Amino acid sequence: MTVTSPVDLPTLQRKAIETRLAVLDQVEVAGSGHYGPAFSCTEILVALYHGWLRLRPDDPGWPQRDRFVMGKGHAISALYPILADLGYFDRAELATFCRLGSRLGDHPDMKKVPGADFSSGSLGHGLSVGVGMALGARIRGFGSRVAVLLGDGELNEGQVWEAAQLAAARRLANLVAIVDVNRVCVDGPTAEVLDLEPLDDHWRGFGWHVERLDGHDLTALGAALRGVADRSADPDAPPTVLLADTVVGKGVDFIEGMAEWHVGYFAGVDADRARASILSMYDDPAGARS
Amino acid sequence: MTATDTARHGRARTDLRDPGSFDHVGRDAGASGFVAGRVLAELAAADDRIVAASADLTWVTQLDAFAAAHPDRYLQFGIAERNMITAAAGLATTGLIPYVSTFACFSGVLAFANIRTDLAYPNLPVRVLATHAGIAMGYFGTSHHATEDIAALRSVAGLTILSPAGAAATEALLRGTVDHDGPIYFRLGRGREDDVYAAAQDRGSTPAAPAAPTAPGAPTELTAGDDVLLVGTGLTTGSAVGAAERLAADGVAVGVVDVHTLKPFDGAAMARLAAGYRAVVTVEEHTVEGGLGSIVVEALARRRVFTPVFTHGLQDEFALIGPPNHLYRYYGLDADGVATVARRAVDAVDRDRADPSRPLWTEADRQEVLAAARR
Repeated sequence: MTVTSPVDLPTLQRKAIETRLAVLDQVEVAGSGHYGPAFSCTEILVALYHGWLRLRPDDPGWPQRDRFVMGKGHAISALYPILADLGYFDRAELATFCRLGSRLGDHPDMKKVPGADFSSGSLGHGLSVGVGMALGARIRGFGSRVAVLLGDGELNEGQVWEAAQLAAARRLANLVAIVDVNRVCVDGPTAEVLDLEPLDDHWRGFGWHVERLDGHDLTALGAALRGVADRSADPDAPPTVLLADTVVGKGVDFIEGMAEWHVGYFAGVDADRARASILSMYDDPAGARS
Repeated sequence: MTATDTARHGRARTDLRDPGSFDHVGRDAGASGFVAGRVLAELAAADDRIVAASADLTWVTQLDAFAAAHPDRYLQFGIAERNMITAAAGLATTGLIPYVSTFACFSGVLAFANIRTDLAYPNLPVRVLATHAGIAMGYFGTSHHATEDIAALRSVAGLTILSPAGAAATEALLRGTVDHDGPIYFRLGRGREDDVYAAAQDRGSTPAAPAAPTAPGAPTELTAGDDVLLVGTGLTTGSAVGAAERLAADGVAVGVVDVHTLKPFDGAAMARLAAGYRAVVTVEEHTVEGGLGSIVVEALARRRVFTPVFTHGLQDEFALIGPPNHLYRYYGLDADGVATVARRAVDAVDRDRADPSRPLWTEADRQEVLAAARR
């Protein structure tokens, strides 16, 4: 089975909610986890895996598949449930998250996790990996597309910009970098720690096709990714970066926007409140909370 | 008052309602062994050469006390460790003494070339505070572990590598090396290691309890015996002390030595100590390829001391995923595991069947821990 078909919006929203609830469950197992950065990129992962990436979960090593690199590996608890949902491994395995001998760590190990295209956790490496995959797919004639998810704080790593130069110079139109612009890193707001705005200008200056969008808007994400697919075979087109504006901790109303929730744990009543908040995410037609 | 309340320094507070909940800042404040922020803040009050920096890990490595006390001398580099370490070299050329703090995986491992070429080659007084060394990051996984940093960095000319066992030793070595000529790599844990020297002072002993080391130098003999010598560094010194207490109850005469200075290593002192024992067991939160075990084996072989040395630590492997304390148990690096290994070392020597090329902590031992953790 090759997963490609477009998915309707209510289904995507349900996937986003289920993914967040699974993050809560995994963190409950570990007693600690990356809530904030997992919730900021949930819609991005859902949009990639439900309707864009061409994959065969029953054949994870299919050479012609599209690739996804989780540059910000610390948000992997939002990807494990999606991989399980697609059938890469049994959903029950999520209950081993971070336990002794588990395949599912707080950063992904490609040698252990079926469906994980690369190992990550040390920031700044992911885009270079994606550049290599995009070049390799071109050389092998695979026609594969490659998506890399980066954090906005991660853009402070200099190696990102070495990769950005090469991707543009080699016209890697089959490569899309998605930046989860959640505006925080560990020590506080990215604007205070080491500001890199205007991001649009930086990427444009490096020769990339730049689009800025709401990273929680599943419709907008789908449209932008379709544009990447349309351009991906054009030998003269540049690589694409999607600057996805997001809210760290999105969906759990009492932590939204807070850098303190890079890592944490909800016990008891707070876990119940988090669950209730996530379940009500799309009950708000006016989008008043978004 | 919980740690969460004391560690905020004005940061936003979440509306939490369950005492079991914690956020990033509150969680790490539980690590009392992280003394560098406080100690450096005190030193800097009287020494305007001292500056400190982190690469987006101010809170996690607890330099926030320094940042609060000396905001004009605290530098935030963002997520860019290699730039931070090379820039620290530039700072040092202006007469400053920079202390740069990040995880060992992002300094000793990621920024190896920056430490070598920009700190050691020009011999600049930069201090790298490499926290969460070894497997202290637990289930964060191999990307966040540093089990190769000793092996890599001990090959760098002119670099000093200090590995204090607990808070008192960390503080004493920080205070004692401000004027050290050249770069220092402080190999630190996650702030929850046994405070070996403070405990020894509290307990008292005859002869006098060993004081925490204040300068690079010979290993410190914590206890003396003649059956087996346990050699630890950092966290594993605490495990060795715990193992010695267990073995003393069985009548085994155990010595414990703390290698607080991995480089330059006083091989002559180690050889003299080792010559008085029937077996030596080195214990490290690091691969045995090139780490503490290799250092001790080389020192003894070069001096024709033929006490068998059993090197205990990670073999040629990356660690499993798991909580830190489970991993220490799995790899036999907690006090119980070290005691088991030490007993086997004595037994092997007694029966004249010592084969130090084979690990004394076996796959069966690991599987037993794994099975227990899964129950």
